[in-house]
Amino acid sequence: MDESLAPPDAASGPGPNWLRAYRLMLTIRLFEDRVNDLYQRKLMPGLAHLSSGEEGVAVGVCTALRDDDYITSTHRGHGHCLAKGASPDLMFAELLGKAAGYCGGKGGSMHIADQARGNLGANAIVGGSLGIATGAGLSIKQRGTDQVAVSFIGDGALGQGVLYEVMNMASLWKLPVIYVCENNLYGEYTPGAETVAGKPLDRALAFGIPATEVDGQDVRAVYQAMATAVAHSRGGGGPAFLLCSTYRYFGHHVGDVDRGYYRSREEEQFWREHRDPITLAREWLEAEGMADRASLEGLAEELTRELDAAVEFALAAPFPDPDQVATDVFA
Amino acid sequence: MSSPDSMATDEWRELTMAQAIREAIAEEMRRDESVFVIGEDVAEAGTPFKVLSGLVEEFGTDRVLDTPISEPGFTGMGVGAAMTGRRPVVDIMFGDFLGLVMDQVANQAAKVHYMSGGKLSVPLTIRTTMGATRRSAAQHSQSLHAWVSHIPGLKVVLPSTPYDAKGLMKSAIRDNSPVVFFEDKMNYQQRGRVPVAEYTIPLGLADIKRPGKDVTLIATSSMVLVALEAAEVLAQEGIECEVVDPRTTVPLDRDALIESVRRTTRAVVIDEGHRSYGVGAELAAVVAEGAFYYLDAPVRRLGAMDVPIPFSPVLEDLTVPTAEGLAATVRELCRRK
Repeated sequence: MDESLAPPDAASGPGPNWLRAYRLMLTIRLFEDRVNDLYQRKLMPGLAHLSSGEEGVAVGVCTALRDDDYITSTHRGHGHCLAKGASPDLMFAELLGKAAGYCGGKGGSMHIADQARGNLGANAIVGGSLGIATGAGLSIKQRGTDQVAVSFIGDGALGQGVLYEVMNMASLWKLPVIYVCENNLYGEYTPGAETVAGKPLDRALAFGIPATEVDGQDVRAVYQAMATAVAHSRGGGGPAFLLCSTYRYFGHHVGDVDRGYYRSREEEQFWREHRDPITLAREWLEAEGMADRASLEGLAEELTRELDAAVEFALAAPFPDPDQVATDVFA
Repeated sequence: MSSPDSMATDEWRELTMAQAIREAIAEEMRRDESVFVIGEDVAEAGTPFKVLSGLVEEFGTDRVLDTPISEPGFTGMGVGAAMTGRRPVVDIMFGDFLGLVMDQVANQAAKVHYMSGGKLSVPLTIRTTMGATRRSAAQHSQSLHAWVSHIPGLKVVLPSTPYDAKGLMKSAIRDNSPVVFFEDKMNYQQRGRVPVAEYTIPLGLADIKRPGKDVTLIATSSMVLVALEAAEVLAQEGIECEVVDPRTTVPLDRDALIESVRRTTRAVVIDEGHRSYGVGAELAAVVAEGAFYYLDAPVRRLGAMDVPIPFSPVLEDLTVPTAEGLAATVRELCRRK
């Protein structure tokens, strides 16, 4: 933790509802399981980049945000979207290209936007939404509100030049933007060790941006670090950078099955068995006496029913009318 | 038609193109506090061409933002600010720098409204330049309006007079879609009549700059001046040219172009982009499709040569359409060599 980030009130307040956070993480996991299933059964067109294993980051970050705060997301964005409050049925509908989807079926998995909850959209260009999030920060400053804008990026975006351009301006102009880098160790099919020189945190620190590394598998640690960053930015302190170590359980996308050439099954197994954010949170909830095994199993059953119903809704929903193809080109 | 002469107003004055553009931006900034300017050297410097001189004195550095030399960064920020309640005017100093910002323009700004099913919009204006013969060589002389005209979701404006520039700029800023506004840097000092009273010109409305019955010259941006010069010469020879200025390539006033060519039965398209695969090709195709059975001759195209713009004045002048070259083409078309 950079010393310029003083412990904020937000982090020492009553704290979030951890059961709600657990519920959100489990929702994301069950959501992604169903995306995988829909894709394997050839019911879902296009591409699917699953965020299973990274739930602690999405939920820890968004738990520290208000509804009117902005986020931008990535191609691996289902978790961010759900954590910011999106509804699974409308998300599934979007993933299946249905009219009821968040974008009327025009965006799909990589472009879900939910402006009612400040979600300015997922982006299929790596680092593509960095400018948008930073511009939202400029807008916040100009409008004089106390919102913040969060740019979720992956470690792959560390290779994009625009990151350094916008961090420079965000720092110069003290914009309320928080760059959340999910380091899942692989940019597509290539280990980060082959593509990232030096230390990622140093890149933010070079611009005078407070930067923190946190265990992304520990939702409480992510929340605490994020709450600190949010308090810093909301209070007019300018941008912050959060590096979250995490792991994606699946390949770059659902079709990336034979991945032995870039990572081992043993490594994947280790993360699933010892570093799973949902298991870690469950163990903590039980140890703290905030929930017992039976109630959490009941919750899992409830969410399973909910998500199955959401899939059924989306499968039954109609496709867009053909006349929609030429609408929404211009505002 | 909305040419100056057809507009009833008491007071007119002469402005340069640069002054007209500045006046439009200043008026919109006074009218709407969400409008702001962002780019390189836009504040105290007022841009290298002095188009924005005086704005920072009136509106301050909160609304006229000098940026680092980071075109993708500040253009992307313009997109994000536009999506969240602002109306940015992004300044890309030279059109050639569009090469740096095409992800922000083509993949982000142009697509946000559609990808979000109409939920998000990007009321963004990007000002940039075009035009050769300033001896600025290959990376500061291109006319790249075809690039952005090709991307659905972007509107594209090519003003040819101070009057048009002001009215179209005000409409661009008020538009809820991203608009790319090309200013020919050779025309900044061109003077023209502009009313004192406020006015706007809708995007997507062509203007007949000179009526005529023998041949239609469809010209964009500074090529309108070339066309008017050629028309003057040809008039002495008994050929009456109609000069039609689309003013915007997107939306394109197809009906106006087709209607003119159906009357004159001949058409030449003059555009300063490279001749191949360009705006000129699109305009020619529109006329060929819409007026084929009225044509007495093939539609002709004049554009910049398909070479990088050379530095040497002797070479550079060969690359762009001229009034002489256009007049020769028209004579050929009208079989009056």
